[in-house]
Amino acid sequence: MFGFFRSKRPKPPSGRDGTDRGILVFEHTSEVIRAEKALKRDGWAIRVMGPPPEVRSGCDLVIEFPLMEKLNIVRTLKQEGLTPLDAVPVSGPLLKPVEIFQVKDLGRYLMVRAANMKLTVDKETSVIVNVSGGGCPDVPYLAAQLVGRHLAEAPSPNELGHTLCGYALHLAYEEMKRRCLP
Amino acid sequence: MLAIVGTVPDSKFPLTMGKVVLQGRSIWLGGRAVPVNRGTPALLAAACSVLEFLGHSGPFGYLVGDLGLGQGSRRLYWHLAENLGSTQFHTIAFHYLQPDVDWHNRVLFAVEDLPRKPLLIADAGFMYAAKMSGQAPSYDLFTPDVGELAFLADEAAPHPFYTRGFILHEDNRVPELASRAYLHDNAATYLLVKGARDHLIDRRGVLAVVEEPSCEAMEAIGGTGDTLTGIVAALCATGMDLAKAAALAAWVNRLAGCLSDPTPATQIAEIIEQIPSALAKAFQSPEFQEGYLNGVRS
Repeated sequence: MFGFFRSKRPKPPSGRDGTDRGILVFEHTSEVIRAEKALKRDGWAIRVMGPPPEVRSGCDLVIEFPLMEKLNIVRTLKQEGLTPLDAVPVSGPLLKPVEIFQVKDLGRYLMVRAANMKLTVDKETSVIVNVSGGGCPDVPYLAAQLVGRHLAEAPSPNELGHTLCGYALHLAYEEMKRRCLP
Repeated sequence: MLAIVGTVPDSKFPLTMGKVVLQGRSIWLGGRAVPVNRGTPALLAAACSVLEFLGHSGPFGYLVGDLGLGQGSRRLYWHLAENLGSTQFHTIAFHYLQPDVDWHNRVLFAVEDLPRKPLLIADAGFMYAAKMSGQAPSYDLFTPDVGELAFLADEAAPHPFYTRGFILHEDNRVPELASRAYLHDNAATYLLVKGARDHLIDRRGVLAVVEEPSCEAMEAIGGTGDTLTGIVAALCATGMDLAKAAALAAWVNRLAGCLSDPTPATQIAEIIEQIPSALAKAFQSPEFQEGYLNGVRS
C-alpha cells in the first residue's frame, strides 16, 4: 500500500456510506500533487483518487478528504496559494490508483514499474539511467530532467509533472528511493 | 504519405508542421532542430530512417511544445480538427498528446469526413483518448505495451493509472487481456503489443509472436516503443500490408536494439542509428524472401 495513505493525525471516523467524505477538484494534476504534499505535511487524512464520472471539470486526480474538515482544509490550501475548482461530497465509489509495483533486477541495474511508468537506476552509482513507458506529454520532459542524475539529487517528478503518467513516475521514483537509498 | 502527430518537451516550441528530416541525432522540422530522444521525436526519427532506407519521401510532422499542461496539445487538436479535411495522407500516426476525449472526437470526425480514410495508428496519450472515447474500432492499429493493454482490457479505467487490480498486466496474459479489450470494443483492428514477446493480435486472436532476437535491457530503455510505432507506421505508409508491416517492424526494432549492444542505460538514439542495418538484415533473410514472416504470410 502506498505511504501517502497514512496520516500522522488520528483519522476522523469514517461513515460506511461515504457521506463523511468529500473530494477536492483541481484544474491540473500538478496542483493535486502540491495539495497532497501540503495536506499530508499537516497530518490530514486524505487520499489521492480518481474522479467520479459525474465530475466533468478538472484533471484526472482528486483528493478525498474528511468532509467535516472542509473549512480547515481549504484554509490550509489557501495558505499554499492553492484554490480548488470545487469541493463536493462523494456520492459513490472513487477510482483507486494501481497499487502494485513491479520490480525487475537487471544485474547492475534495478527497474521499478508503477502503473505504466518504469524507472531504472544503476545500483552501483544510484544514477537514474532510463525512464520508459507512459503516454502523456510531460513524460519526455520528466525523463530529460531525471536521466543522468543521482537518485538523491534528481528533482522529484511530483514537482515537475502535471499528468497521471507524471504521478505514476513519482510513485516509481519514491519506491526506487526506498529500495536504493540509505 | 505518412503524417505523424505529437508533442515535444519544450513549452516554447510553436505549432509547427512540415516535412521532417533526420540529421544525426536531431530531427528538423520547419527550420527547427529537435533532439532525438524518447517520445514523438524518437517515433519521427525511426520513421525517417525506414523511409529513407526504402527510398521514400520523409514523413510529414505536426508538432507542438507541451510539458503536460495540455495547452500545446489543444492547439494541435484544434488545428487538426480544422485542417485535416483538406489533406490526403495514406497513414496517420497519433502519438504523445494530452488525452482529451472531446478533442479526440473532433479530430476523428475530421478524418472520417475525408473521401478516402487514411490508415490510422494510435499510441501513447492519443491511444488513451481513443479508447476512452469508445471509438477504438475506428483505428487500424494500436501499439500498447502490456500495462497499456491491461488498460484497454479494463472497460472502466480512464487511464492506465487506474487499471483495476484484478486485471494484472503480465506478459503471459496478453491473449486474455486482448480478448477482453475486443469484447468491450476497446481495441483497434490490430493490436501490436510490445513486450518481452511482441504479439500481433486481431479480434480472432494472436496472429504472430515475435520473440527473437531478445535483449532484456530493451524494456528499460525509454523510446523503444516509440521506435516500434515509427517503424510500423513507415512500413504501412509504403503500402505494405498492415499485419506484415507490424510483424516486420517488431522484428526490425528488436534487431536494431540488439545491434546496439544495449544495457539498461542505453539511450534510444543509439538504437535508431541501427535501424538501417536491421532493415538490411531483415530484408535479406530467407523468411522475408519467402514471404513468410513470424507467422504472417504476405
